[in-house]
Amino acid sequence: MTATPAIEIHDLYKSFGSVQALAGLDLAVQPGEIRGFLGPNGAGKSTAIRVLLGLLRADSGSARLFGGDVWRDAVELHKRITYVPGDVSLWPNLTGGECIDYLARLSGRTDKARLRARKAELLERFELDPHKKARTYSKGNRQKVALVAAFLTDAELYVLDEPTSGLDPLMEAVFTEYIREARSVGRSVLLSSHILSEVEKVCDTVTIIRNGTDVESGTLDELRHLTRTSVTAVVGADPSSVERLPGVHDLVTTPADGATRVTFDADNAEIGAVLSAVTALDVHSFTATPPSLEDLFMRHYGDVLDSSDAAAGAASAADGSPAASRKAGAR
Amino acid sequence: MTAAVATPPVAVRGPAFGSTLTGTGRLLRFMLRRDRLRLLIWPLGIALLYAGSLGEYVILGDDPEAMAVRAALMTTPAMIAMAGPGYGVDNYTAGAAAANELILWILLTLAVMSILQVVRHTRAEEESSRSELMRAGAVGRQAPSVAALLQVLIANVIVATVSGLVLVAYEFDAAESFTMTFSIALGALVFGAIALVAAQAMEHGRGATGASLAVLGAAYAIRTIGDIQEEHGSALSWLSPIAWVQQTRVFVDMRWWPLGLCAVAILLLIALATVLGSRRDFGAGLVAVRGGRADAAPTLTGPLALVFTQQRMGLMWTALGLGLMWFATGSVVEAVPEMAESVADNPVYAAILGQSEDLVRTFLGVFGLYVGLGSAAFAVAMTLRAKGEEESGRTELALAKPVGRARWLASGLFWAAFGTVVVQVSGVLTLWAGAISSGVEEPGFLDYLELALAYLPALAVMVGLAAALYAWVPKATGIAWVLFGYMFVVGLFADLFDLPDWARGISPFWWVGDPMLEGVEASHMWGLSGVAALLFLLAFMGFRRRDLPSV
Repeated sequence: MTATPAIEIHDLYKSFGSVQALAGLDLAVQPGEIRGFLGPNGAGKSTAIRVLLGLLRADSGSARLFGGDVWRDAVELHKRITYVPGDVSLWPNLTGGECIDYLARLSGRTDKARLRARKAELLERFELDPHKKARTYSKGNRQKVALVAAFLTDAELYVLDEPTSGLDPLMEAVFTEYIREARSVGRSVLLSSHILSEVEKVCDTVTIIRNGTDVESGTLDELRHLTRTSVTAVVGADPSSVERLPGVHDLVTTPADGATRVTFDADNAEIGAVLSAVTALDVHSFTATPPSLEDLFMRHYGDVLDSSDAAAGAASAADGSPAASRKAGAR
Repeated sequence: MTAAVATPPVAVRGPAFGSTLTGTGRLLRFMLRRDRLRLLIWPLGIALLYAGSLGEYVILGDDPEAMAVRAALMTTPAMIAMAGPGYGVDNYTAGAAAANELILWILLTLAVMSILQVVRHTRAEEESSRSELMRAGAVGRQAPSVAALLQVLIANVIVATVSGLVLVAYEFDAAESFTMTFSIALGALVFGAIALVAAQAMEHGRGATGASLAVLGAAYAIRTIGDIQEEHGSALSWLSPIAWVQQTRVFVDMRWWPLGLCAVAILLLIALATVLGSRRDFGAGLVAVRGGRADAAPTLTGPLALVFTQQRMGLMWTALGLGLMWFATGSVVEAVPEMAESVADNPVYAAILGQSEDLVRTFLGVFGLYVGLGSAAFAVAMTLRAKGEEESGRTELALAKPVGRARWLASGLFWAAFGTVVVQVSGVLTLWAGAISSGVEEPGFLDYLELALAYLPALAVMVGLAAALYAWVPKATGIAWVLFGYMFVVGLFADLFDLPDWARGISPFWWVGDPMLEGVEASHMWGLSGVAALLFLLAFMGFRRRDLPSV
């Protein structure tokens, strides 16, 4: 792509005392791209975003917005972006409506009539009462204030750090709708989240971060290609030929009404060969489940659940297929 | 109470008596632990307040003439407003003077402490949803209220005991001393109980605190008007819990029964809070919150306008409250020469008031210093609001917009500095107005103006220091408060402790000198302004380079 990327982070490092928050992060968002930024709490998502906003100074590496330096050119760059934090804190003595107007005015939006109409629409869609003092708002309502202010400003780039935390599913759907609207008019979005379904719904591309570095990055399709499909089939013939194929894992057979039920996981890269092998087996029934984002995610974080043993990190990095976009295990 | 926790559940037979109190003991222990520092600082502060004032009364006690002047002063409306109903003025003793002049202030201080502590552990906690977590556990509905009240009770008992011991150490009568300190504690608890009721009625911690402080203000006003109406208080006085404490007539003709009114009031208020508390939903209040405007005023265009909306109420109330106090102070200036005459041959007094011929000016100089200290505290508090903004995450929200760091910091500093000038100048001018109102025409307006302005460079140093600390080492902003405390000590006790000049020079106020007596030293003003400018420069440099929020 020849256009200047909206976000371009390269080999970014940042530590707080002895804690290494970012360790060689790479991340790019092209114009018009909606990128999911996945990782659990503490993986370094918010730190990366704060560096992008010029709030934190990176130790080394580069971070650019629209080609400009995020620290030096912060004020200029911020005219083109809008930001929603995961835990919005508002000015307690202002009402929600005042907070929204204030944030919009800081962005320098001046088209008053259009702003007013848009604000009314957003307030209605997000079901937010703007008359209440901000100190009386619940977490979800504070989040709505920031979202209304963000969608009001019509920025080129949306930087969203877990923007839907505290929202109910209905409001999440409204949020998704506005993100799609932003995409349709060519806006770029960096959506940091740990809610996989949300990312899967709206994002074109995904970057998974772990221990301050990106461990997986690409389009959802590309990433799915790197994982396995779960297959369940009931076949009349002996399935042992399938077991010997490359890319077939965890094959289990159980007798089922005179036939054999066979379940296994297949590497997506090998799925064609596996499929032709299975069709030769007198298939009675067949289901294949594509990998969800959750499977992707769990491949990188599964070991955290399986075992608290640090060595397990290396094990998860060792298995799975090689990929250009994939870095070696975090350590 | 802890026993109730340990008891295994009894067979179902409706809510057991005391189940609404389950967990009170644990909560109380948790509160005491969480507030251990506060609970240490309050008694120490009050004890110091006693220790600082009592020496004066002991000296007075040896000087019948000075005592007579003091007693005469006690019958003036200004002193009745600033102190109490003035018992024992016919045969004034050190104890009577201490009781008359100290009870009000210490009671007000402890009442504020009680209110803040009760709201902090009830409504503020409920609002933050922390206590939601707690209530979901094995904690009864009334437990947080009871624990909060017990905590305030404990705090007040500690204060009363410690300050009673201080009085005894100054050789005041033990029975009278402890009656005085414990009746103050009881009076403060009345306001703690009022705060408990307010915490049920209001939906927000700030509202509850505000309502309780308003009741305290009303109690003060009622007592003042009542006491001025009639010697030793009219019927109106008796409506105020503050009067109940003062009417014990300690050190004069001690009587206990007014304290019964305190006890009854506390019990009634607790009962009211219990009824209100058991009727409302968790998190809800009884007073509906008013709706505000849906759109911002056209003037709310940037950080400068926003900071004004955040600081204006604080500024207004500070200027008003301090102004009233300084006005009352100014109105007793009239009595100073008379007082001076009577103590002319008292060497101790001479040491305190200095060698000057003009005691009115000396007196005003000391009060000028008080005004300056009040302004300095305001300066530090308002400058450090920036830190609160940052910690809450609101700074991040603003700086993610096209708002430069320098602009953001400057907005806060501008209003902090502006407010400080207002508090300082209005403070000295109300002192002047008070003096004029009691017929003291000399020194003139310009002298007062000079007194007011002389402190401004030193106050700029305070704003600059707080800003620089915030910009470079936000964790160490407490240093600004330490310096403030030190300035207080240097200003009032430098001679007493015989501090060397270099040690006095650490206090910016020392360089101000005594404008009422000696005028101002221009070189000092320039020096202070230079230091302030340097600190401001440092603040902006530091704030541009550091991480935000400071983690």
